Amino acid sequence: MTQRTLLHATHVAAGARMVDFAGWDMPVNYGSQIEEHHAVRRDAGMFDVSHMLALDLVGSGAKAFLRGLIANDVAKLTEPGKALYSCMLNPEGGVIDDLIVYFLSDTEYRVVVNAGTADKDVAWMQQQLAATGLAATLTPRRDLAMIAVQGPNARAKTWAAIPGSEAASAGLKIFQAAAFGDMFIARTGYTGEDGFELTLPADQAAATWDALVVAGVKPCGLGARDTLRLEAGMALYGNDMDETVSPLNAGLAWTIDFKDASRDFIGKAALQANPASQQVLGLVLEDKGVLRAHQHVFTAQGEGETTSGTFSPTLEKAIAMARLPLGVAPGDAVEVDIRGKRLKARVVKASFVRNGKPLI
Amino acid sequence: MTTPSELRYTESHEWVRLEADGTVTVGITDHAQQALGDVVFLELPEAGRVVTAGESIAVIESVKAASDIYAPVAGEIIANNQEAVDAPESVNADAYAAWLFKIKPANAADVSALLDAAGYEAAIG
Repeated sequence: MTQRTLLHATHVAAGARMVDFAGWDMPVNYGSQIEEHHAVRRDAGMFDVSHMLALDLVGSGAKAFLRGLIANDVAKLTEPGKALYSCMLNPEGGVIDDLIVYFLSDTEYRVVVNAGTADKDVAWMQQQLAATGLAATLTPRRDLAMIAVQGPNARAKTWAAIPGSEAASAGLKIFQAAAFGDMFIARTGYTGEDGFELTLPADQAAATWDALVVAGVKPCGLGARDTLRLEAGMALYGNDMDETVSPLNAGLAWTIDFKDASRDFIGKAALQANPASQQVLGLVLEDKGVLRAHQHVFTAQGEGETTSGTFSPTLEKAIAMARLPLGVAPGDAVEVDIRGKRLKARVVKASFVRNGKPLI
Repeated sequence: MTTPSELRYTESHEWVRLEADGTVTVGITDHAQQALGDVVFLELPEAGRVVTAGESIAVIESVKAASDIYAPVAGEIIANNQEAVDAPESVNADAYAAWLFKIKPANAADVSALLDAAGYEAAIG
């Protein structure tokens, strides 16, 4: 049975093209994916991301539980509302999911996980919580909607759309959140642009979306969300990493915190026993065509594989993230197998566009 | 979505126009371009290539995905549309104006065996 977000009727009424995404009937675009992409790079666009799941973790054992559960260390969070990106690993060091944790206090956290992995994540977290015996309660919040408003003008247009929100959120730094009444406003996103992710009660979802439209925020589908995150070099669960891939081979070493030697976390021993054997870099296709996931890459150091690829609307070139042998470096010329032909590509850092500006 | 009544169609979403000289012009349907989304790349067969009906002979890539385009009838490729290759977005602008290739059919009767507009609309439900 396909699930629907609280904004489903709004999308259908707006003429969105709906597709199944991880069991959810979601808008892939409202007309042109490329126009939606440009709206986020140049002005402001918004995405219904209510298919993702917010979880509240509350209790005296919450901090200790998260320190053992995920690979990044929540102990570094001391400022209320501060967010942390992390992988949740299995004992073999594979990635169960990537997630964001918001620190509210030492006894209260909010965790946001991917849609496709949500059921698996909750089961795993409950199982681990029971195993540790720590005093904490995990509550899935399917009653909440999430809207990501992204782009250089996203914050100003959000403030125009939601009276009173400016005072509550103007002082937020990047990767920080604050409560605003029943709403939770986070200066986070998945596009490489500034903006907010709003978490809000069901009965405010459609009215808030409509107010944002009136303020000039363009509704955008998951198609643009994918091209935006790929241009920004942000990993997508299921493409760029999964349970069989070490975060050390998925360009996510920066999210693994080994600093506190006394901290054990699930997957730590496996990561320490298996150092990185591959690296993630970007590719730009120099020949004509489009890069896609799972294309073979031929380098002077051996073969690799693309994990995500698309046509970049900002650069008007095909780009990809690829898992490549160690030793390959930005500037290298490589070849990619596309339908049996070897096409020329150039290696770059896996970050193509940030804050509206090409980086390559 | 439009499905012009003067054209023939395949279940794989090609449209086919029978020209006065017996050749056929082929493109993809409006339904197909809508499903694909923004088209960004076309790889078309070269003139002179002999193709069989149902053979994958071209590739259309949107931002979202790559899709094959099939020969609606057997025959010889006599032209491809370089203007569409140079401006792939023209397929989204007007799928029936942005033709992709022309075939000289091996057997003229093959064209009349293709779906008509009502048959295509029924096929895509």
